[in-house]
Amino acid sequence: MKLLALTFLLGGAFLMAQDYFPKNDGVKTKNNNYMAFTNAKIYVSPTQIIQNGTLLIQDGKVVQVGKSVTIPKNAIVEDLQGKFIYPSFIDVFSDYGMAKPENADGSGRSSQYNPNRDGFYWNDHIMPENSAIGSFTYDKKKAEELRKAGFGVVNSHIQDGIARGTGVLVALNDSGSEAQRILSDKSAQYFSFEKSITSRQSYPTSIMGATALMRQLYYDLDWYNKGNIKTTDRSLEALEENKSLNQIFAAGGNGNILRADKIGDLFGIQYTILAGGDEYERIADVKATNARLIVPLNFPDAYDVSNPYEAQYVALKDMRHWNLAPTNPKVLEDNGVQFSFTLHELKSPSDLKSKLMKAITYGLSKTKALEALTTVPASILGKSAEIGSLQPGSQANFLITSGDIFDEATSLYENWVQGNKNIIQSKDQKDVRGEYTLATNGQNYTVSITGDANKPKVELKKGTEKVPSKLEYTTDWLNVSFSENGTESYRFAGKIISGSDDISGKMILPNGTETTATLTKTDPFKETAKTSDDKKPQLMAVTYPNVSYGYKTKPQQESILFKNATVWTGNSILENTDVLVKNGKIAKVGKDLRAGGATTVDATGKHLTAGIIDEHSHIAALSINEAGHNSSAEVRMKDAIDPKDMDIYRNLAGGVTTIQLLHGSANPIGGRSAILRLKWGENADGLVFPGSPKFIKFALGENVKQSNWGSYSRFPQTRMGVEQVYTDYFQRAKEYDAKKKSGLPVRHDEEMEVLAEILNSERFISCHSYVQSEINMMMKVAEKFGFQMNTFTHILEGYKVADKMAEHGVGGSTFSDWWAYKFEVNDAIPYNAAIMASQGVTVAINSDDAEMSRRLNQEAGKTVKYGGMSELEAWKTVTLNPAKLLHLDDRVGSVEEGKDADLVLWSDHPLSVYAKAEKTLIEGAVYFDLEKDKTIRQSVQQERNQLINMMLNEKEKGGKTQTPVQNKKERFECETL
Amino acid sequence: MKQIITIICLVFGVLLQAQQTPAAPQTEQVAIFGATAHIGNGEVIENCTIIFNDGKITAIGADLMAPTIGTMINAQGKHVYPGFIAPSKSLGLVEVDAVRASNDQDELGEMIPNIRSIVAYNAESKVVESMRPNGILLAQVTPKGGRISGTSTIVQFDAWNWEDAAVKWDDGIHLNWPSLFRKGSSWLGEPNAFLPNKNYQEQVDEVLTFVQNAKAYGAGISQELNLPFAAMQGLFNGSQRLFIHANGEKEIMDAVTSAQKAGIPHMVVVGGYRAHKITDFLKQHNIPVLVSEPHALPQFDDDDYDFPYKLPKLLVEAGLLVGLQNESMSNFQTRNLPFYAGHVAGQGLDKEKALQLITGNTAKILGIDGDYGTLEVGKSATLFISEGDALDMRTNQLTKAFIDGRDISLETHQTELWKRYMGKYESEGK
Repeated sequence: MKLLALTFLLGGAFLMAQDYFPKNDGVKTKNNNYMAFTNAKIYVSPTQIIQNGTLLIQDGKVVQVGKSVTIPKNAIVEDLQGKFIYPSFIDVFSDYGMAKPENADGSGRSSQYNPNRDGFYWNDHIMPENSAIGSFTYDKKKAEELRKAGFGVVNSHIQDGIARGTGVLVALNDSGSEAQRILSDKSAQYFSFEKSITSRQSYPTSIMGATALMRQLYYDLDWYNKGNIKTTDRSLEALEENKSLNQIFAAGGNGNILRADKIGDLFGIQYTILAGGDEYERIADVKATNARLIVPLNFPDAYDVSNPYEAQYVALKDMRHWNLAPTNPKVLEDNGVQFSFTLHELKSPSDLKSKLMKAITYGLSKTKALEALTTVPASILGKSAEIGSLQPGSQANFLITSGDIFDEATSLYENWVQGNKNIIQSKDQKDVRGEYTLATNGQNYTVSITGDANKPKVELKKGTEKVPSKLEYTTDWLNVSFSENGTESYRFAGKIISGSDDISGKMILPNGTETTATLTKTDPFKETAKTSDDKKPQLMAVTYPNVSYGYKTKPQQESILFKNATVWTGNSILENTDVLVKNGKIAKVGKDLRAGGATTVDATGKHLTAGIIDEHSHIAALSINEAGHNSSAEVRMKDAIDPKDMDIYRNLAGGVTTIQLLHGSANPIGGRSAILRLKWGENADGLVFPGSPKFIKFALGENVKQSNWGSYSRFPQTRMGVEQVYTDYFQRAKEYDAKKKSGLPVRHDEEMEVLAEILNSERFISCHSYVQSEINMMMKVAEKFGFQMNTFTHILEGYKVADKMAEHGVGGSTFSDWWAYKFEVNDAIPYNAAIMASQGVTVAINSDDAEMSRRLNQEAGKTVKYGGMSELEAWKTVTLNPAKLLHLDDRVGSVEEGKDADLVLWSDHPLSVYAKAEKTLIEGAVYFDLEKDKTIRQSVQQERNQLINMMLNEKEKGGKTQTPVQNKKERFECETL
Repeated sequence: MKQIITIICLVFGVLLQAQQTPAAPQTEQVAIFGATAHIGNGEVIENCTIIFNDGKITAIGADLMAPTIGTMINAQGKHVYPGFIAPSKSLGLVEVDAVRASNDQDELGEMIPNIRSIVAYNAESKVVESMRPNGILLAQVTPKGGRISGTSTIVQFDAWNWEDAAVKWDDGIHLNWPSLFRKGSSWLGEPNAFLPNKNYQEQVDEVLTFVQNAKAYGAGISQELNLPFAAMQGLFNGSQRLFIHANGEKEIMDAVTSAQKAGIPHMVVVGGYRAHKITDFLKQHNIPVLVSEPHALPQFDDDDYDFPYKLPKLLVEAGLLVGLQNESMSNFQTRNLPFYAGHVAGQGLDKEKALQLITGNTAKILGIDGDYGTLEVGKSATLFISEGDALDMRTNQLTKAFIDGRDISLETHQTELWKRYMGKYESEGK
């Protein structure tokens, strides 16, 4: 036993042997011989190709490559006539050899707000000090899998956390030592938007929180670097140290590339970005980032739509993505985006080839494909001189193949890593496929060997009767076994001899007798013609956004004359009136206007109003609450906009043109709002109302106390504590602002910056509120700190303190008739709007609900029923009043000359339950049209049908399928965590 | 005006926080005249006189002689409707959604037809009270949750206690049919999406086994009492209806065929999101649908934006017996029932037909059409007068409402707070 251990020790020492290491188990040897590979087609790089070239290597490196290479005498020469040599592949986004991060223990009911660590950054999800080399173990089994897929080098990192630390660059060289294999132990610095699973620290809970945390991290680094923090922060130290490396951001799809790039822009960092595979949807935006991308080949499998009841659950957007995702690499290439490929998000490295071939079928050039696997990843890692090509001096990492590496029939024979040969398939193995006869034991059999040349299959027949049989074929030995009547086993072992197509060997009969036998070749192998798959795949059109009801072309401004409408201006209802829209503005309101080239719309019997403005909305967002802290002023809803949300279109169909996308009500100080125009088809930035004033969400009551979900560890738990949160934060902001204004250096604190804007009346508050005590309290806090509350939203007991609200000058944005859903709305009454209005409060009716928002006109109508508001005043609660509350009433909210042409044409009285929006315009462009909607519905059904047929086809052809799923968007309201 | 409000406040001030006192039984004849009467069966009678006595309608028509006795109500320019009926709601079983202590709608257990809603019905619920000023005067009080949630009872909304409230005891049993798709469980590491329910058939079999056992139990003699099985017997003898809560095509067809096979004569589909795809099937089996409220988002991205708006219309046009319910919404929302019907009318369904969705049709579906749902001689005088079109929020302004001929209060906790605070401001000269 001891001896065995000693052997291991010695063996280990041998593997690690270096020139300067002492050697005690033999003599010191060194192999200075060369290897020369001749007559091959050599891809020195994807664009430098040598026909009939020679590759000369020594000591793990390329010495020379070219057509006329002088081969030294001490070279072993291998003739690769007809074969190809490629540089082996590199994956820059791997978790190869990494210990799997472990889930944090425990799952208490209450959230954890403090970090687990000490001496590091305040947030556990920031771990730039993590270094992949520290948790790296060379994994031979996985290395073999990767080499089989063509990889020679991978850059691996701990795929966990927001700041993830550095990577390790490893050559997949089984026979080398760690000293040879590790090409770099600090190869790049990695980031993501995803929290670590190793800590339960709550913050951040949202995409906007993660974005804000990244920004604050860089601000804090700057402050730290200037020596303002007296203690040591090992995270910040590491972040600074890693600055010189390439910075890689694991962003993914759904607009995250832009989110990551914006963080970089703010701090002068150009990230290399892990993409999501959906870049084709908005390629111009992706290109504009100038970022190099790491692109997964995560093309989805077709949905199994053979059961029609299940098929209806699959959304068009998901089917379309199946259809278009394989075009993603081509689209990136066509647009000049530089990208590398990664195995990330593939189930197995062995899927790589089929995915690559698919991308090529869909138009990706083979050169780009090869670049994305070799030169680009090498360049991303700053290692172009060492890996990714076969220039002299490069590592001898290369592949030997039977032909073009992207052809289906091509075999990968060898994958050389650092000059060490790894055989994937024998390149010398003879193709034994064909038809044979076999005579033994007085019987005659026919034997046909088919299938893959390297892994052939056998079929053995006696006459026409099939006999169960098996075949094994390894390095020149062919074994065939078969059994007659289930019990009589025959075993044959033959050796392949060059110069003869017949295979002779030993046959062991059922009774154990050994004889000789020969497989006599009668016919050569005939490849059965494959069904032609080369047909160009049929591709669906990308729409804006790329979901059903997206537009093929973005709506454009038009000149329109609405004739003879009932027009609702800010202060009157005008019968038989015309409205002329030009250049995105309301050009004229009056009688008998001339079209002057404008398209005339007969609006007789119809009503024309301003577009509806929803003061309180949570549509078009990927996340609503940053619930990780009791104040999250640093987060911006702008960072969470989802331009693909179908509810945008549905809101337009209900006449809504502008919304305030509010943060939720999880904490007293929420996040900054985004005011959006519902320009369906624009990207996230294009939805933001240009020049809109700054807003933030505050919240009071049960939600911020966490009353309804058993969480007991976060301050505040009472309305008394809520007041203290505000007093504390505003006092600190006041001090921060004063210090900053005095010229003294301050740690740039996004949260304090935002709160100081409130104190300086540069940012307005929309405050979620219910009961009168808290409403009153909030006004008193504001008055104490010298600013004005702008809007109380929900404000269901506003009617109890309407006079105080009017005196303070705050508006109320309320539900028409909601109540009874929680304790604090016991006294909520539908007369609230009317009562507040009677006391001079500017009153809006809002939705906080994706369903209600698309019929806010009806909700406004309820103020006529409850409390008897006049129809004109009722209509203002969803147009001019919310415009006033958002300080946008100079732009939108009423039909007046000079205002933006945000208009709705209604089929009926707009406050009536019978009214339908027929046209919805934003800045003079028609974003919803009832007639157009009818044709879109038809095309949605047609396209669904087309794609379903294509998927059925795919299944019939034997393509992979996945179970139908319905990717339902999560809908948000204030309380959604 | 200011004085009036002050007086109202003085009078009602003492009653604040208490519920409205149920009205006394009708003692003298009431005649409403000059009204536009919406009968609830598709008809309208202009300039109509409606006479009721002892809680029953005794005469209705345009050419009636004016009575000489009793109360006369001039309803010229106004509209009269049968009281609206809200099916499949847990009204009176929950007071405040987020307060668990006030929630009595969902009992433990999967197959619990023996659970009866009526015994927990809070006749003094403030939420119930708030229905009345909008014209909703009756509801099917329904337990929620589980596979078979329990037994519902139909109540009227002006009662001292649940015995007073009940108008049709234990009218039906509610079965939540399994779904073909289910939400992925993050606990099991599944995606945040809806996936095929692999246990669908197994869950269906569980229901069928239960139903078969209940039937066998009923056929047997002298055995130990089994409360759940015993509670199912009304389904087999036709005295109770089976309310099948289901939305998919396959689910509905599976449910209907297996319930019929099990020998249940009366059933109703509740939900029916895809019912428009199988209208022939539903007609053939004579199955009515209590379709979900139009104020809902489409369940599928690719659906027409207005699909929930127009679904009730599609079902009516296909010739089915259709009513409206909003079982998936908070109880307080049920006061919007008339506006759901109005919204469907906005999609092009005749307004009187839209009205049937919350009156005559619903009464038929629930089996209370002998007494409620339409304004016809011999039926209960459960009706109201509105200033205008009660299906439109602007004009749904009730001036009078009667339940079984009793002149009920239209005040609520909410109107009292309104008057109280308006009174405060007015008294302060604001």
